[in-house]
Amino acid sequence: MSATTAALRPRLVKRLLPSRATRLAVRIGAVAAAFVAAALFLLLAGNPIGPVFSALWSGSFGSAYGQAQTILAAIPLVFTSLAVAIAFRMLLWNIGAEGQFYFGAFGAAAVAYAWPEWPGPLLLTAMVLGGMLGGALWALVPGALRAYLGVNEIVPTLLLNYVAILWVDYLVNTAWRDPESLGFPLGVPFSAQATLPQLGDTAVHAGAIIAVIAALVIAVILRKTIWGYKIKVIGENRRAARYAGFSITRNIVGVMLLSGALAGVGGMVEVSGTVHRIQADISPGFGYTGIIVATLARFSPLLILPVALLFGALITGGVELQTIGLPSDIVLMLQGTILFFALAGELLVHYRIEWRRQAQTGSEGEPGAAGRAHPGAMPSGT
Amino acid sequence: MSADLFLTVFVAGVAAGTVFLFAAVGEIITERAGVLNLGLEGMMLVGAVTGFLVNHQFRQLWLGVLAAVVAGGALGLLHALLVVSFRTNQVVTGLTLVIFAGGLSGYAGESVVGVAPPATFEPVAIPLLSAIPVLGRVFFRQNPLVYLSYGLVVATWFWLFKTRPGLNLRSVGESPETADAVGISVTRTRYAAVVAGGGFAGLAGAYLSLAQSPSWVPNMTAGRGWIAIALVIFATWSPVRAVFGAYVFGCVEALGFRLQAVGVDIPSFFVSMLPYLFTIVVLVVISRDTARRRLAAPASLGNAYVREER
Amino acid sequence: MSTHDPGPAEGAVELRGIVKRFPGIVANDNVDFSVARGEVHALLGENGAGKTTLMSILSGAYRPDAGTVSVGGRTMSFRSPKQAIEAGIGMVHQHFRLVQPLSVAENVLLGAPSTFRLAGNATEDRVAELAEAYGIRVNPSAKIWQLSVGEQQRVEILKALFREASVLILDEPTAVLTPQEATHLFSIMRRIASEDRAVIFISHKLDEVMAVADRVTVLRAGRGVATLTIGESDKANLARLMVGREVMFRVARSDHDAGAPRLTVKGLIATGDLGLPALRDVTLEVRAGEILGVAGVAGNGQRELTEVIAGLRPAISGTVAIGGRDLSASTPAERISAGLGYVPEDRLGTGLIPSLGCIDNVMLKRTDEFARGFFINKQAAEAATSELVDRFDVKTSSLHSPVSLMSGGNIQKLLLARELSAGPGALVVAQPTAGLDVGATEAIRRLLLEQRDAGVAVLLVSEDLDELLSLCDRIAVMYEGKVMGVVGAAGADREQIGLMMAGTASDPA
Repeated sequence: MSATTAALRPRLVKRLLPSRATRLAVRIGAVAAAFVAAALFLLLAGNPIGPVFSALWSGSFGSAYGQAQTILAAIPLVFTSLAVAIAFRMLLWNIGAEGQFYFGAFGAAAVAYAWPEWPGPLLLTAMVLGGMLGGALWALVPGALRAYLGVNEIVPTLLLNYVAILWVDYLVNTAWRDPESLGFPLGVPFSAQATLPQLGDTAVHAGAIIAVIAALVIAVILRKTIWGYKIKVIGENRRAARYAGFSITRNIVGVMLLSGALAGVGGMVEVSGTVHRIQADISPGFGYTGIIVATLARFSPLLILPVALLFGALITGGVELQTIGLPSDIVLMLQGTILFFALAGELLVHYRIEWRRQAQTGSEGEPGAAGRAHPGAMPSGT
Repeated sequence: MSADLFLTVFVAGVAAGTVFLFAAVGEIITERAGVLNLGLEGMMLVGAVTGFLVNHQFRQLWLGVLAAVVAGGALGLLHALLVVSFRTNQVVTGLTLVIFAGGLSGYAGESVVGVAPPATFEPVAIPLLSAIPVLGRVFFRQNPLVYLSYGLVVATWFWLFKTRPGLNLRSVGESPETADAVGISVTRTRYAAVVAGGGFAGLAGAYLSLAQSPSWVPNMTAGRGWIAIALVIFATWSPVRAVFGAYVFGCVEALGFRLQAVGVDIPSFFVSMLPYLFTIVVLVVISRDTARRRLAAPASLGNAYVREER
Repeated sequence: MSTHDPGPAEGAVELRGIVKRFPGIVANDNVDFSVARGEVHALLGENGAGKTTLMSILSGAYRPDAGTVSVGGRTMSFRSPKQAIEAGIGMVHQHFRLVQPLSVAENVLLGAPSTFRLAGNATEDRVAELAEAYGIRVNPSAKIWQLSVGEQQRVEILKALFREASVLILDEPTAVLTPQEATHLFSIMRRIASEDRAVIFISHKLDEVMAVADRVTVLRAGRGVATLTIGESDKANLARLMVGREVMFRVARSDHDAGAPRLTVKGLIATGDLGLPALRDVTLEVRAGEILGVAGVAGNGQRELTEVIAGLRPAISGTVAIGGRDLSASTPAERISAGLGYVPEDRLGTGLIPSLGCIDNVMLKRTDEFARGFFINKQAAEAATSELVDRFDVKTSSLHSPVSLMSGGNIQKLLLARELSAGPGALVVAQPTAGLDVGATEAIRRLLLEQRDAGVAVLLVSEDLDELLSLCDRIAVMYEGKVMGVVGAAGADREQIGLMMAGTASDPA
């Protein structure tokens, strides 16, 4: 019996050169799909979706206050995302931006408390350097372990986040504790000189400018310099880079230092510009959200700016959610969902789906068609 | 006095190490099939909150455990869907899962933060065995989930190394093209392994919220999932060696708090740092033995399998 | 439905009108191919002619875009390799499908129906019995990673026999064997065919086809051009069918005297990827203006040797020197600037980066040259690249599009062009023509001879003994990390080199 079925089956066909337009469309589609999925989830969980999304909107882009808060949340995100992007470009999985952020804040605070009376510009510059140094040193530990001892960086960078947070926790509970904090883990407030100035009469501080400059500098490094070329080559293919005589160890250490320094500046900008002191819980997971932002931006420094703005909006919108009695954790789920869709959508960037009607013949076919060699063939059994 | 201190550390170490053991054994199954699951931490959190909520609602400890396993397995299914079917990057997907699951667990557990559970797993002495000097107290006066972990380790070892499905799973992790060529479904095997690993992670979470420190606090796993991933490398992907490692990590965790309890003056912040720093030190020490680890590590770990286009 | 009809013409396999397209190329273009039981049937063609694609369709790895497959008289539509295995098709791939940490017996058993619990010893006995029946020497309890390449191939054949394959396909099986091992393989093939099974032998080597096959089907550029009995064909005839024109088998090589030693390695000891000894006291000397060949079966330390010379693998002891300058402690970068050119076996992945374009790939070894301070001098890089692409006749649609889109021959030309453009004093080349078609092979060989004539010291590692014999001045033979001897290529004895490849030492020439 010959069973022939015609089934419509999906088939993945590889695209030779994925176009930029497809990439963009897939990413925007991912964000939209994530919002739809989140709405469905909230509906199923018995939450009113209207108020949730209107709170998200009014808390972020929908009001002047919200807009300022969105930019304020986006600033540290730009730094942690740049930190992640430059490391991931080299396939160096630095997931320790959170800890490096805290150590940057620690370095900046140490400077602010040591020389509170220095003139503003000098003190702020010193604080930026302190933040860079703190973040870079914290990244150097797993970086050096990776470069010289071959210890995979994923687990050490992650675990050092916990250690950094505990360290700052310790300081704000002991040496740097504000006597007027009424038992809360808060550091002493910074002097006026240690505080980043506001931009005009907005609530946004000068960290916004530093963030844009940092993104531009990283973009130039990656695109125009020999070092950027080497980072690209090492990220694409480590064996080829070694073959070409590039020092992998030196570049791992270099990139980890830069990555940590970027996250560290993020910590500096946050404590100096927004919090005005060091305290526990200075980050609602900027280091982790930075991974999502950087990945969505395809590790491109300039694309990070708008994506960080979107995620800044989500973070501030999440704060607004609490005013209507919902946990801001919803925002973390939304962040995760956006990236899930974007990652899954990547398949559509590299493959086209073709729906084909394929006639499938069962393994029992017609005998008799076989058995005769084609013209010119001369069977010769031995 | 100091002998007694050590004994209490060992007893507490086995109790504290069991959460690592569940998580690491699950991760070993997953990685043996060639899939890296960095979402362990998130799966444990979801397991912890699910177990706690179900116990809170129905006053049924074992139903809570079962629900936690199912919840962990469900997240495993999500991970498998992404990394196996959609061929996403396993590192980034795992990290995203941690963030997502962190949010999910926080959202789900909002109403029970700090609430006392109606029932918890308490130590049960096993007749005869618990009478063995030292060993009896360390291993046989524990809670029932610890005894479950003993059984699961043996069962996992037997499954992986003495059965045909175990052989198939290892082949998929080593050389998916070989397995595929002889008709073993790489996709199905990997889905099963990731879901099983997720179930174990959920179990580890339930152990935390129902036995080890019965409560629900957001992010209560505090990096234990990551330590379990380090433990898998330490154990060179063997469930039996994971037992030893898990108890060492458990003892380190227990040691700091015991020292504080007997009056040694260390700030609690540094005590809390101890397991993280110890884990990093362990990773450094085992990094010296690269050749052995390279042989032990599943060869296709972390790589999506794409059968050639046809 | 027939199960077994006596008679010489009974079809084991019948492929009709097979078409298979890949993005950009038609790999099989309306190919007919039939094999009878009891015969060894050679599938002859150049690299890229579509032989492996055709057999991948028969073995269920690919699905044809058009055409029919029938096995034993029944039309088949394989949706997976497993279905093909069940239909009695066994294929031994060029890249073996074996699980390294498992034992021979476990590999043979993998995927075959059996009990839930693994039965260790019983399985090994069954495998040992089967091996003996075919005169195949292999230890069933050994782990795959402990075996030589030839032994691994025998495990693959056992796997197919264990599944009672009625059709056995061998894809370029002799590429990894010594001449003697190849002869042994041929006897196994004849033995299998004599049991009323069919053996399909994929090859591009005419001598081997003439030696073992009953019939031969020639593929050229994806089309079947002829099917002949061995009796009615000869080498020249087959070569013409295969390439489509008259072929020269020898590249013209001028006689001249080599100069002073340029590249010397002394007493090299190094380990392989798994920490096992890979080089055991290797000493070689390549003079300016000569090509020194390194012959040997794959996996006998050749790759490690090139990597140690390039500085990519640390040596435990021993020295590497170029032009008398000791480079043993130098980084890869220092060796490059000391005049070492290196064309690795792994072209796309080590030598070139597949996802990047020609310019970025040319910059790879010439980064300093194209630097302006910290910045890249893009104009200079582009100009230099387009000059190289013209001079070495590299065909590419754009200097910016990924090199992975280029053909194998053009990829190798670009790689060689970049290495030669640095004006190396010594050149290490590994498997330069593997997988290339005849035209590209000739071009590459000519370039290597030009370098020799220009006074460069060339170390040429190849598994193709014919290539070594036609290009080299002297040939060193490696076995298990040792140099078994160095022989002059003129008047060298294939048999003797084969014995050395299998571990028999000889007096140095």
